[in-house]
Amino acid sequence: MTDITNSPSAEYEAQLGDYFALLKPRVMQLVVFTAVVGMLAAPVSVHPVIGFASILFVAIGAGASGALNMWWDADIDAVMKRTAKRPIPAGKVQPGEALALGVALSGLSVMMLALSANLLAAGMLLFTIIFYAVVYSMWLKRATPQNIVIGGAAGAFPPVIGWIIATGSFAIEPWLMFALIFMWTPPHFWALALFMRSDYDDANVPMLTVTHGRPSTRKHIWVYTVLLAILAVGTAFTAIGGYIYLVTALILNALFLLGAYRIWNRDEVMAEEDNYLVERKFFRLSLYYLFLHFGAILAEASLKPWGLGGW
Amino acid sequence: MDLRAEHEIHTRRKGRNVGVGIMLAGFVVLIMVLTFVKITQTDFARAPGTAMPAAGIEGTN
Repeated sequence: MTDITNSPSAEYEAQLGDYFALLKPRVMQLVVFTAVVGMLAAPVSVHPVIGFASILFVAIGAGASGALNMWWDADIDAVMKRTAKRPIPAGKVQPGEALALGVALSGLSVMMLALSANLLAAGMLLFTIIFYAVVYSMWLKRATPQNIVIGGAAGAFPPVIGWIIATGSFAIEPWLMFALIFMWTPPHFWALALFMRSDYDDANVPMLTVTHGRPSTRKHIWVYTVLLAILAVGTAFTAIGGYIYLVTALILNALFLLGAYRIWNRDEVMAEEDNYLVERKFFRLSLYYLFLHFGAILAEASLKPWGLGGW
Repeated sequence: MDLRAEHEIHTRRKGRNVGVGIMLAGFVVLIMVLTFVKITQTDFARAPGTAMPAAGIEGTN
């Protein structure tokens, strides 16, 4: 038993909410949503209890990798405005606690997913946690300006895991959903990096804005958005697509391309004048973009039993 | 620091402890329900290496 008089954090006792914040709840929402879509878009139905439990364990696994990321990145989080209030830099949670929580929840989530769903889904979850915590956080994030591109893969795995929970095997469709998130991540984060101007510079994170400059980042956003639009609209003509998805994809990608084109055709002087309004709008649109694409996939899958979804 | 039962730190910790307790209880319930579903959904009687159930047993209740 610990004597409370010797506790190093006697002034502040971490509350449950502080530990929950370590799990990156906002990222968890995206993980849960895309994993649910992956699971429901699969041609095999899942018992609601098994589905609920499995998605919960995927969410816990994602949260665990978030805690490990916060443990490793505490030094740069403290420097960046956007992340300075996270539990470790704010002094609410000790780094060791975050590490312990991350490791414990990783083990628990992988084991439980193996029991509730199948070994392949559990293996994919373990791979995702390692990919995000080790490959992205520990290795690529501070080493290459392509950090966001490759790191985006970690956030793209949940629909694949969701699909495997239902089917127990791989197929082409979940990898299309993977590709959608994978291609969406770079323009989403580069737009953020453009208007969170000095954050990544201060933290010495080799973001594209720091290593290749802002004009190059604007060009990269445009190129990735063009590739993303081709992929997103093309997905409409696969087994997970249909009329609803096609209309959604056409509207959203037209808007997204327009935003990216405007970003590409601006310079810093123009952006400073309106306080990065175009970049901020593009970033906000990117959130709806992903949500609505996956919403459309879900709508197609949900309507199939009535003979309405799909082609 | 005084360690009387009514010390302020006990009040602060209470919320956290209750929260952890509720989560653990929820976890136990989830495992129970999951186990029940797995057992009733999976056809254990026809698992490989086991004999088929005798005809007439099913549906007698």
